[in-house]
Amino acid sequence: MKVISHYILLIAICASVASCKKDNYDAPESKLSGRIVYKGEPIGVENFQVPYELYQFGFGKVGAIGSSFGQDGSFSAKLFDGQYKLIIPNGQGPFKWKQTSAGDPDSVVINLHGSQTLDLDVTPYYMIRTPQLTAAGGKVSATFKIEKIVVDATAKPIENVVLYINKTQFVSGGDNIERAEIAGSAITDPNNVSLQVNIPATIPTQNYVFARIGLKIEGIEDRIFSPVQKNYFLIPSMCMLCN
Amino acid sequence: MKKILSIAIITFLIGMSGCKKDSDFLDIPPIQILPNDVAFSDPALVLSILGDLYNRQVDFSSLDNGWRSFADFSESFPSENGSYFLVQRNDWGYGEWGIDWAGTYTYIRELNLFLERIGASTALASAEKTRFTAEGRFLRANLYFEMVKRMGGVPLIKTSLQYDPVKNDPSSVQIPRAKESEVYDFVISEAEAIKNDLPADVNVKSRASKAATLAMESRAALYAASIAKYGVSTPQVALPGGEVGIPASMAAAYYTKALAASQEIINGNAGAYQIYNVLPDKSENFAAVFLDKSSVNQEAILIEDFKAAGAGRTHGYTTNDQPYSISDEGGDAGRLNPSLNLVESFEKLDNTFAPIPTKDAAANPIYYANPQDIFAGRDARLAGTVLLPNGLFKGKRVDIWAGYVLADGSVFTSDEAGQLKKLPGTTTDVQVVGKDGPVSIEFRAQSGFYIRKYLDPTVGSGRRGRGSDVAFIRYRYAEILLNAAEAAFELGQPGVAAGYMNQVRARAGLTTPLTAGDITFDRIVHERRVELAFEGHTLYDNKRWRIAHIIWDGTPTTLTDLISNIGTAKKRSTQPWGLWPYKVYNPTNPATNGKWIFREVLPSVVSGTNRFQLGNYYSFIDDNIRAANPKIVRQPNQ
Repeated sequence: MKVISHYILLIAICASVASCKKDNYDAPESKLSGRIVYKGEPIGVENFQVPYELYQFGFGKVGAIGSSFGQDGSFSAKLFDGQYKLIIPNGQGPFKWKQTSAGDPDSVVINLHGSQTLDLDVTPYYMIRTPQLTAAGGKVSATFKIEKIVVDATAKPIENVVLYINKTQFVSGGDNIERAEIAGSAITDPNNVSLQVNIPATIPTQNYVFARIGLKIEGIEDRIFSPVQKNYFLIPSMCMLCN
Repeated sequence: MKKILSIAIITFLIGMSGCKKDSDFLDIPPIQILPNDVAFSDPALVLSILGDLYNRQVDFSSLDNGWRSFADFSESFPSENGSYFLVQRNDWGYGEWGIDWAGTYTYIRELNLFLERIGASTALASAEKTRFTAEGRFLRANLYFEMVKRMGGVPLIKTSLQYDPVKNDPSSVQIPRAKESEVYDFVISEAEAIKNDLPADVNVKSRASKAATLAMESRAALYAASIAKYGVSTPQVALPGGEVGIPASMAAAYYTKALAASQEIINGNAGAYQIYNVLPDKSENFAAVFLDKSSVNQEAILIEDFKAAGAGRTHGYTTNDQPYSISDEGGDAGRLNPSLNLVESFEKLDNTFAPIPTKDAAANPIYYANPQDIFAGRDARLAGTVLLPNGLFKGKRVDIWAGYVLADGSVFTSDEAGQLKKLPGTTTDVQVVGKDGPVSIEFRAQSGFYIRKYLDPTVGSGRRGRGSDVAFIRYRYAEILLNAAEAAFELGQPGVAAGYMNQVRARAGLTTPLTAGDITFDRIVHERRVELAFEGHTLYDNKRWRIAHIIWDGTPTTLTDLISNIGTAKKRSTQPWGLWPYKVYNPTNPATNGKWIFREVLPSVVSGTNRFQLGNYYSFIDDNIRAANPKIVRQPNQ
């Protein structure tokens, strides 16, 4: 009996030692991260809606390592060192991405050696400047300027501008509890646009909402957004919780 | 010595018997496989090969595809725990509604091989050969139509491709995508080429007929025409090579073809087809269009047939969707609940649109003596398509009501369907909510409605073991009339369009005819939505008119959205609403006590909104497919 258990022990040790061979690659270590920017200023988009694609050539089949930008326009990917090409597919994002003469999206070549930060320069059709978001009297008010960036023949008019509020930090057309809209044709002075939205009752009650402004460009699917702002407000019946 | 002799004899004998000719030994006809020349020598064998090819036809919605192929798009609420994602997601993936690329091209290859082998066959009579060939070409054209609807232009392969492993050159079998218009042209030209090779017989329904071919041509030409015409509104949904998108200049020619093909059926050149108008009750009659498989039904043009008795070729649509309280299979029922969005769109008998009246002008609830009174005076197709509260199925009434409303307006109910409770101030237990809900439990009518279209009233059809053998109609005469109406309208002949539409509407009890001036784009869109609901048209119709991204724009559907702009084409419909009946309990007021009121409700499970992005117009072609064949260009906006 004792002998058998010795054998079992011995076999177990042998098996565990033998299986401890290095049998795989290390996980990718280098982190590629960055934002989409216009002249150094980040561009807000809808979460998970604007994709980018990374290609690495030389390994047989060509397929994209794809993911999408966060709502503040940031992206990050853990990759192996090597050369990559990054594109934003056609028709994605509220901005112009460089194109080749054939009309395909032009690529950014990235030589990755260790972690790297890379900001992607794009040309947005519009920028939302100096957004002021305040909560008072059961409403969120926003005032902001709209600057038209693309003014050449490819310029596009504004379809509408919407102020969204939500209970959580993800704020967009799909994720909101209330919205207020102004049509592009109703904007008389792009340097002074204001919107107001009533804050509905939330369950559970909370004394803050997240808000941001989304601008829809005619013929472009994705909205361009201002940064998300957390707005505190007073709930009259629950003031002991306010701080 | 003797020993040596016997060894020599044995050796000699073995040698002799081993000396059979190789060809005698090896060339044995297989007993499990029929070689091509044998298989294509007998019409019965060819028919069995063709039967397999028929069975593999691709449908978007179909009865043996599962009930979920009828759900989604906010036209219904999915009442099954595993399917709530349909109303909880915020967008559709780009790969949604795609096809199994490899499987479909295998099918195309086998169709091509079938056509080549039947062409090479010498043993068949020429009449048989002609019909079989035409059937094979019909299946191939119809399959390309199903593909172009989903993917736009696809590689158009009309012969079986042979890969030569010695040369090892894959480029010979790497075919680029054809233009979208070329695929539609192929479907139309095939239809024209084979239509006279097929029987012009109204009773040929499960095999290709002349009318089925013309019906395919009518629909395909209409799709191509509307993509050409309405593609102008979404210039981004196009590719420079024309794989996606059709030039606007081609619209008129396609509309003309669609009208001509439709009129060939309408004029009786393909058989005596007509609108099914047999039963006196218009709603019963409309429901029977989808149930009656006898020769009385001269509306169905091409069907996918099923047979229960002995054959065992059945489907589970009725099992999945039958009312819970009348279920043949305890606990298996009620999945497909039509939404109030769809119900609201059925017009009144005076050809006007109005919301289902739940409140009067002063916003007080309207009291009804009978739960069905609220739906009175509507398009008969409503009760023919949707099983309404207190509606009749298999001789029993469905039990759909959400609880009692007390004098102060509060609701007294239970979250358990059919539960007994004591009403306030009483001592006896009474049922406080319908056995079919609406409660937030799967298999109950959570929108307040069950589906009726295709629901089989045959005894036992709801049992899993037996199943239902109701046939799925792929093409029917009423659609041809609507195709003709749309094509005529777009060609500037609204009077002709009104004439065709009125035939479809009269069967639905809408006897006041529309005049030429009444025919608008909105009318066309509306008529197809209510006539062809739950037949697999919703997605493709809204795609080809390029209004899908407007209807499903990702913005939540409010009550105001729901009850305004009814009957307009671009009305938002991103979340399925329900209509819940309540019984009034107010013993002190006999005027309202025991009557019914209704409330519009967004089922609590619905948390997502439908968002159709421009990249959804044409389904994603998998990276592996594009890596294997770099000539395939990717879809726009993805």
